[in-house]
Amino acid sequence: MTSTTHDTHGPGRTAPGRGRTTAGRSWRLWLGGHQPIGMLFVSPYVLYLAAIFIYPLGFAVWMSFHDYFFAAPGVSVDRPFVGLENYTTVLTDPAVWRSFLNIAVFLVINVPLTVVGSLVLASALNKKLPFRSFFRTAYYIPYITASVAVVGVWIFLFNSNGLVNQALGPLAPDPSWLVNSHLAMPVVAVFVAWKQLGFFVVLYLSALQNVPNELYESAALDGAGRFRTFRSITVPAVRPATLLVLVLATITGANLFTEPYLLTSGGGPDGATTSPVLLMYQRGLQQGHPDEAAAIGVILVVLITAISLVYRRFLERD
Amino acid sequence: MAADVTPSDTRKHRRTARATGSASRSLWSRLALLVGAFAFLFPFYYMVIGSLQKEPDSSPSGAFPDPGNLSLHNYAAINSAISLGRSLVNSGIFTGGVIVCTTVFGLLAGYALARLQFRGRGTTFALVLLVQVIPFQLLMIPLYVLIVRDYGLADSYLGMILPFAINTTAVFIFRQFFLQLPPAMFEAARMDGAGELQILFRIALPLCKPALLSVVLLSFTGPWNEFLWPFLVTKRQDMQPLAVSLANYISTVASAAANPFGAILAGACVLAAPAVALYIVFQRRFTSTDIDSATKG
Repeated sequence: MTSTTHDTHGPGRTAPGRGRTTAGRSWRLWLGGHQPIGMLFVSPYVLYLAAIFIYPLGFAVWMSFHDYFFAAPGVSVDRPFVGLENYTTVLTDPAVWRSFLNIAVFLVINVPLTVVGSLVLASALNKKLPFRSFFRTAYYIPYITASVAVVGVWIFLFNSNGLVNQALGPLAPDPSWLVNSHLAMPVVAVFVAWKQLGFFVVLYLSALQNVPNELYESAALDGAGRFRTFRSITVPAVRPATLLVLVLATITGANLFTEPYLLTSGGGPDGATTSPVLLMYQRGLQQGHPDEAAAIGVILVVLITAISLVYRRFLERD
Repeated sequence: MAADVTPSDTRKHRRTARATGSASRSLWSRLALLVGAFAFLFPFYYMVIGSLQKEPDSSPSGAFPDPGNLSLHNYAAINSAISLGRSLVNSGIFTGGVIVCTTVFGLLAGYALARLQFRGRGTTFALVLLVQVIPFQLLMIPLYVLIVRDYGLADSYLGMILPFAINTTAVFIFRQFFLQLPPAMFEAARMDGAGELQILFRIALPLCKPALLSVVLLSFTGPWNEFLWPFLVTKRQDMQPLAVSLANYISTVASAAANPFGAILAGACVLAAPAVALYIVFQRRFTSTDIDSATKG
């Protein structure tokens, strides 16, 4: 906070310097701060944020309240304000509801798996362990690999003649995993959890570094077992990290696109894995209704924000 | 029997029981870790094996290399289907552009936010934090309209690079790095009459190698692995990065090919290899810091 005080130097106040506090100098200080060249340094980044994030954000919201369609470049067309029409269109569409239901199924499986899996793994990897860096690498590698590449292997593993079904023999599900409307979304959810887990493990590992060792020592003195120690010390101590993991896993899940597009060939079977973002792509860019796609996007973001606030209420309760 | 043991014996007995108990439990947890690591690495192993099989073999024995069934045929197949070289060049230009923009502008912004006092610094930092919470799914449609429709940047490298050009995480990394440098160093340089540009080039830049390395690695994997945005921007195959051309192969061409899985897995290996290799080579150097030497002596 002290760093920002220089911004508020009024023209009447004297700046700490080498005794040369002329009016001109303090004016310059008020206008630019001690090192006005900093404005120059951050300006490309600020312009970038404005052009790539802030303006499109406003544009998305604007679009969702107007009749927006693609026109030939350079042609000026009238795009009238239509109020909530785009919202009523998408909210009365069963396919949109289906996609939100699909993503709910995804999150219910993926988020608990991610949180529990990454915390358990991180606390195991935080102990003294032979080949610890091997283990850390092993769990991190899916995260840094392209989804498109690992999706290729998963299709190979989970297709009807794949290794998984061959190993399961008569227990193999019919229809097979990725074409079974009950199993496809769970497979996608497990895939994403598997792929992202390494990132969340690293997040938890850095949180675990800050848990004072004395807590574990006194728990050991009290004769607390492994599970008890984990529950009463580790879990509460990393609660802020858990909030972060929950929110990030939910955002990643809500962004789901590549996996249903490739793993289950475009949201199949029967729309069982169509995610809202896949629907936005189909509605907005393939079928030419960007205004409706923008409305789906706004609804999705409002829902994610609401879920994140629920997490926060829940975790900061006590 | 129980009457014969003295209290001290029971205590000792209990202690050893607990010790062996916890040892066996830790053995179990290590075994679980090993099984988990296997589950995480197996798909990668299988990817390599599958890419080398002449005939696709998805039976359990196919998980082991069979010298009679190994060839580089699948690599030739995927190369003729999507022209690997061209795709790799496109991926390289897309990724390289992001790395250059991120390191140059991210370094300037991170340095200024950490070490310079100027008007609007607080506002800028608030903006950086705010941008973090804007999800890409909301920006996808308007960015497509702006970049592809309005600016006509479809099938161009600039169009691919723009939304990723400056990675905000990189700005944070640079800011964090310069914040932990001792302020005395910069004060001393200013006392000696060094200009701000001189301080940046003579002091800040030579010191920030560790941060630079993590920023380069971080901004490599993002665009290299990215699918959705370049997929939206590129329709011409000769402009598609490898992730997009391989995905198109998976979703369309694969059904017609003789051994689609072999070719897919070969493409997957090529796509995965650079990121995995970079991570394995550089993971140790992530934490190297030799900052103390700059203030002492």
